Amino acid sequence: MEYVNPEGLRLDGRRPMEMRQIRAEIGSVAKADGSALFEMGNTKVIAAVYGPREVQNRSQQISDKALVRCEYSMANFSTGDRMRKPKGDRRSTEISLVIRQTMEACIMTHLMPRSQIDIFVQVLQADGGTRSACINAATLALADAGIPLRDLVTSCSAGYLNSTPLLDLNYVEDSAGGPDVTVGFLPKLDKVTLLQMDSKLSIDLFENVMQLAIEGCKAVANYIREILLENTKQLEYRRGL
Amino acid sequence: MREIQLSLNKTQKIRLQRALEKLESLSSKVNSHASVTIADSIPVSYEDGVLKGHGTLDFNGELVSTVCGVVERVNKLVYVRTLRAKYKPEVGDIIVGRVSEVAQKRWRLDINYSQDAVLMLSSMNLADGIQRRRTALDELNMRSIFEEDDVICAEVRGFQYDGLHLQARSQKYGKLQRGQLLTVPPYLMKRRKQHFHHLDQYGVDLILGCNGFIWVGEHVEARDDMVEDQEKKPELQNTKSQKNSMSLEDQERTYTPIETRQNICRIANAIRVLSTLGFNITAEVITETVNLSSSLNLDIHQMLGSEFCVLVAEGEAERRSLTKRKG
Repeated sequence: MEYVNPEGLRLDGRRPMEMRQIRAEIGSVAKADGSALFEMGNTKVIAAVYGPREVQNRSQQISDKALVRCEYSMANFSTGDRMRKPKGDRRSTEISLVIRQTMEACIMTHLMPRSQIDIFVQVLQADGGTRSACINAATLALADAGIPLRDLVTSCSAGYLNSTPLLDLNYVEDSAGGPDVTVGFLPKLDKVTLLQMDSKLSIDLFENVMQLAIEGCKAVANYIREILLENTKQLEYRRGL
Repeated sequence: MREIQLSLNKTQKIRLQRALEKLESLSSKVNSHASVTIADSIPVSYEDGVLKGHGTLDFNGELVSTVCGVVERVNKLVYVRTLRAKYKPEVGDIIVGRVSEVAQKRWRLDINYSQDAVLMLSSMNLADGIQRRRTALDELNMRSIFEEDDVICAEVRGFQYDGLHLQARSQKYGKLQRGQLLTVPPYLMKRRKQHFHHLDQYGVDLILGCNGFIWVGEHVEARDDMVEDQEKKPELQNTKSQKNSMSLEDQERTYTPIETRQNICRIANAIRVLSTLGFNITAEVITETVNLSSSLNLDIHQMLGSEFCVLVAEGEAERRSLTKRKG
């Protein structure tokens, strides 16, 4: 199948180096301590953060840092074919683990000993790149909850189809079976915290594709930062002196 | 951006927008540049020496914020004040909490902090007001003082090795009954001299806990009926069946007149409106909002409607611009 046509356009009309439109909204869950909605094109993800709060299961309590938990789930209506998925299937357990590890790396857990932070992410609409969207949503929600972070983690995917590196794959491109690199990136510290790849890619091409994904992460980070600053200003002036 | 979740019609939307813009223009002159987000670097001059405070991190010799908030500078100390974070207790804060567990010689309270707070039996005044060692019998009777899910008012005593400790060594602290507990974001509360308010005209007590828990309840006369309670207790314990079927006298005592209940609801709704709008919550603002609602002859349930919200926002903008002109 042709994923990039001779004019250099992809199936959804984007250029190879172009990202989908991103949109974010803070405070979409009223009862949560922090929450956010994040959209990358047709992929739509909601995240809610509770805590730091008292540890529910005393035996899991860590005396010098906070316990971070994460739960990823996909809404039944998120995909084209409506399947009833059992809770805790392998895919969602794996993604929960990935998100948890990525977020734990940037949360300053030692500042909140003997407490617990719960992150819940749910995919409302899936169109490829749910992993990245979930990480971005979780970052926004954590920032909204006022939890100290070393840096904003952002994530973006990139792939390689028809001998062209492509940024931010959608569902059709994702299911083509080509290489798919997901990167989690700390823009300020200039460090990679998450790197996953499906399929194979030669080393010099991989460098290229990864660099492309990192560029995508930086773009997301700029957008997230704008949203957060706007939100902070609003809260401040509304509260008054 | 945090949207206010209300269903507004077109004119209301524009009016609210205008009121909020007015608020923005009033505050922007003070410090618009001081807002930071995560991983923004904070400009400081290292010649003067810098003390890193909360919410900051040293990154390659650069001061970087770790939370979203407003940069505050006190002499050499530089810290970031977070908006929308969990409550951070300080010694002497007056808080309202809910008992989550009765444990050995202590109650655990949920106070909207990252851990549960501890109220020791020994840091409570006993009902009879006598100072003495707490015996095993006292420990067994702990549930007669506070049970699970009771709402309590107390003061922060300090941090000990096993967590945050509270104390309730005065008649004004203790169990809160016959009222409503409201939760608002703790950054809307300010530390004041006075957190207990008796709103005379409504016969209502208002306790503004620093942790964002607000108690609105019927006015209680300095709680000196505790002594009375003690005298009645023995007979109550003897006949447990009597405890359930309240005597007529008891019913009389627990009865709250309908006007008071309506006043409680009105004040509670005023607080709800203020918290959805994200305005600072003080006793003056609350009474002002309540007066506004009663002067408009609004029913209690209408206060949560969008029209009243817009009116409150406009009123707040007006009020702040007035105080600005004075100052």
